[in-house]
Amino acid sequence: MSIDMAQFHQVFFEESFEGLEVMESGLMDLEPGDVDDEVINSIFRAAHSIKGGSGTFGFKSISDFTHVMETLLDEVRDGKREITTHNADILLRSVDCLREMLEAAQNDEEADADRVAEHQGELEQELKNPGSSASAAAKPETQAAANHQPPAPLTLPAGWKIHFAPHPNLFQTANDPLPLIRELRELGELTLTSQLESVPDFAALEPEDCYLSWDMELHTSASREQLNEVFAWVEDICELEITPLAAPETVAVPVDEPVSPASSSESTLPIPQRRETDRGAKAQNRRATERRKNERRGGSGGGAQAATSIRVETGKIDALINMVGELVITQSMLGLLGELIEDKQTVTAQDIEKLRDGLMQLERNTRELQENVMQVRMMPISFTFSRFPRLVRDLSGKLGKKIDLKLSGETTEVDKTVIEKIGDPLVHLVRNSLDHGIEEPDVRVAAGKPETGTIELNAYHQGGNIVIEIKDDGGGMNRDVLLGKAIEKGLVSEQDELSDKQVYELIFMPGFSTAAVVSDVSGRGVGMDVVRRNIQELGGGIEIDSELGSGTTITIRLPLTLAILDGQTVKVGDENYIIPIISIIESIQVKPEMINRVGGQGETFKLRDEYIPIIKLHDVFGIGQPSQNSLEDGLLVVVEAEGQHVGLFVDELLGQQQVVIKSLESHYKKIEGFSGATILGDGTVALIMDMPGILKLNRQLTSEPAKVA
Amino acid sequence: MSESNEVDSLTHLSSSDQYLTFGIGHEDYGLRILSVQEIRGWEPVARIPNTPRYIMGVLNLRGTAVPVVDLRLRMGMPEPKYDSTTVVIIIRSVIEGEQRIAGIVVDDVSDVMNAGSDEIRKTPDFGNRVDVEFISGLVDVGGKMVMLLDVDSFMRHPDLYQPESEAVNQ
Repeated sequence: MSIDMAQFHQVFFEESFEGLEVMESGLMDLEPGDVDDEVINSIFRAAHSIKGGSGTFGFKSISDFTHVMETLLDEVRDGKREITTHNADILLRSVDCLREMLEAAQNDEEADADRVAEHQGELEQELKNPGSSASAAAKPETQAAANHQPPAPLTLPAGWKIHFAPHPNLFQTANDPLPLIRELRELGELTLTSQLESVPDFAALEPEDCYLSWDMELHTSASREQLNEVFAWVEDICELEITPLAAPETVAVPVDEPVSPASSSESTLPIPQRRETDRGAKAQNRRATERRKNERRGGSGGGAQAATSIRVETGKIDALINMVGELVITQSMLGLLGELIEDKQTVTAQDIEKLRDGLMQLERNTRELQENVMQVRMMPISFTFSRFPRLVRDLSGKLGKKIDLKLSGETTEVDKTVIEKIGDPLVHLVRNSLDHGIEEPDVRVAAGKPETGTIELNAYHQGGNIVIEIKDDGGGMNRDVLLGKAIEKGLVSEQDELSDKQVYELIFMPGFSTAAVVSDVSGRGVGMDVVRRNIQELGGGIEIDSELGSGTTITIRLPLTLAILDGQTVKVGDENYIIPIISIIESIQVKPEMINRVGGQGETFKLRDEYIPIIKLHDVFGIGQPSQNSLEDGLLVVVEAEGQHVGLFVDELLGQQQVVIKSLESHYKKIEGFSGATILGDGTVALIMDMPGILKLNRQLTSEPAKVA
Repeated sequence: MSESNEVDSLTHLSSSDQYLTFGIGHEDYGLRILSVQEIRGWEPVARIPNTPRYIMGVLNLRGTAVPVVDLRLRMGMPEPKYDSTTVVIIIRSVIEGEQRIAGIVVDDVSDVMNAGSDEIRKTPDFGNRVDVEFISGLVDVGGKMVMLLDVDSFMRHPDLYQPESEAVNQ
């Protein structure tokens, strides 16, 4: 077979990683003693697909490893073995190991053989322990032998007896029995009897169907694998029995789909194969359903991997094609109208009416198309959430805490980039909640709380944003401890009056850690400052709300999509700029009595008991004559950035609109204070402000006033 | 361009490169025609705050934001005029496998000329008085000196380009 298999590797890896996720979440769902067939079956199927795929693509170590897992799972599935915390843990660890192996294979590297051997040994050890279930005793002797003994070198048979009965649709699948037989003949001496009894009368004969079947005796030293390979392409569409010639006592089993390419290791263990045969068609059906399900899930790789491809439901694409069709119709309608007017040389009121209709239709088409294109990039947040049950389970075990994780809103759809980028910050936050938030069971009991702590992960849409909440019912944040730490580190001075919010904000400062001991769980080098920066890079914000003794809620707000944002156009001097609506709190016109000067320079104004510093964008951007602009002439846009409120002084508020973000880096470079540019309706370019950047610019400005002049 | 001129250019294609010549003040400059994407009339651009004066701003070039540099200011000419003949030449260059585009503002565009590699003279050393950073050579065209602008080094200059590795450090 000269087909270059490498081209399918990516698909295999993606499917395998999906399979691993299925296995992982399935294993998490299994309670000790559980006999939920559906869950066990889905785990088993995932393992089986990985085994099959890795066998096909020649990742032998992976298929061998998965095979052992599969054998164990199969015993569970058959009720011969009960699922216990112990073997669930072993299986979970094996899933990790398998993921490492797959990642190594994906990067063309060698997996850590020792680790693999260790896990495989662990699995095999577990297999040797007889299952605890009563039915284990009734296990057929042969099977026990198969499972307990490493594949003993079989005495090679003198040859094979093959019954090969293709299904009638063999030819339609572009297969032909003749080359197969020819290939067999190359392996050894072949005697062949054709079975002609199923050939119908000429009148009833479907020329495209295959009616023949064959019984063959092949005298060869070729191994079972070699035979399997011959039939690899037709295994699903034929009845195939292969029995050793020298061992007539072995019962021939009608095999429906056993010679899967994965069976290289199976064939040395004939018994599992027989069990599989019993399920025959059913298993095959299920597998097909599973495959379809995977496709429907329409996503790749999971949040952890920065997958480069995206799988899109066919439905979404069909919808797009429909819309493009409508767009083309609208366009030709407008084109026709244009020609008509050109011919007539006059424009009647009717024409204008038509033109307006056409343009409205165009607008609707464009909007729909835009929404649908965005949809293509949307994936449910469960891709990110799915890793948390495992994380919480592992960590709570390690920390000796009892924690219940509640997930909700997993179906909330977010942009793919968000999925990829939000994973690590979320992991960090959840770890924090586990480590610092939830108290030890005895502390909880002493505080009159239930022994088991709860962490809730919730995602939902709110006005064009995605909100992700991480809520724990732990000890909450201690304002005094935080403040003490900040003063100790010189981040704030003792005289500073800080609101609760501002105190909580302190944990986002670089180098701020309240953890008394840097544990395995926290203090891994990613600070909260990195978390916040990652979220800001996605155009979002993060907020903390905490109550001492009853828990902390962290709220992350993210834009629905990264390609478009809701912007407020403002005028500063002669230029237009965009302020992301997400950061705007309100816009106000100031009265002179609201303004206070600090040190003759800095201006603040009082808004509802809060003094808010004013940033004159004219100064920051170095345009216009700021001295001549009195604050009363313009407007203040109150924005939130880095946890504080600031008032941006602008000349005019223009309009609100959705703007498409254009990268400045692609042809220019990053400009401090701006996240990108956009094209306004009149074709001019406007820069999009980036609030943390503006604050930074302002700080630079005030620290070196000489530069302004 | 007249027809005979075009034929003339074609015959020279193999042995020499073609250059677009343009004027800045009383000086003549040229740049390889393969680096030119298009020529546009001057139109106001969006200024970028806190950038050197010669960075005019960003232009909407069919949906992408493209930086525009006033080459006259860049070359140290005093107070350029913007009038009906002021043009923007859109130049392109491939940096790190990515095509990048920028606009340069010049007084006018004059002609296309041929210049073989043997006709190009090295740029003399003017000391520090004149900025010849982007001049790759000089060509004599009918007694007039044409300075050849090196588009690649122009586009790679930190004014217009920041390698990704540096961007991360910021």
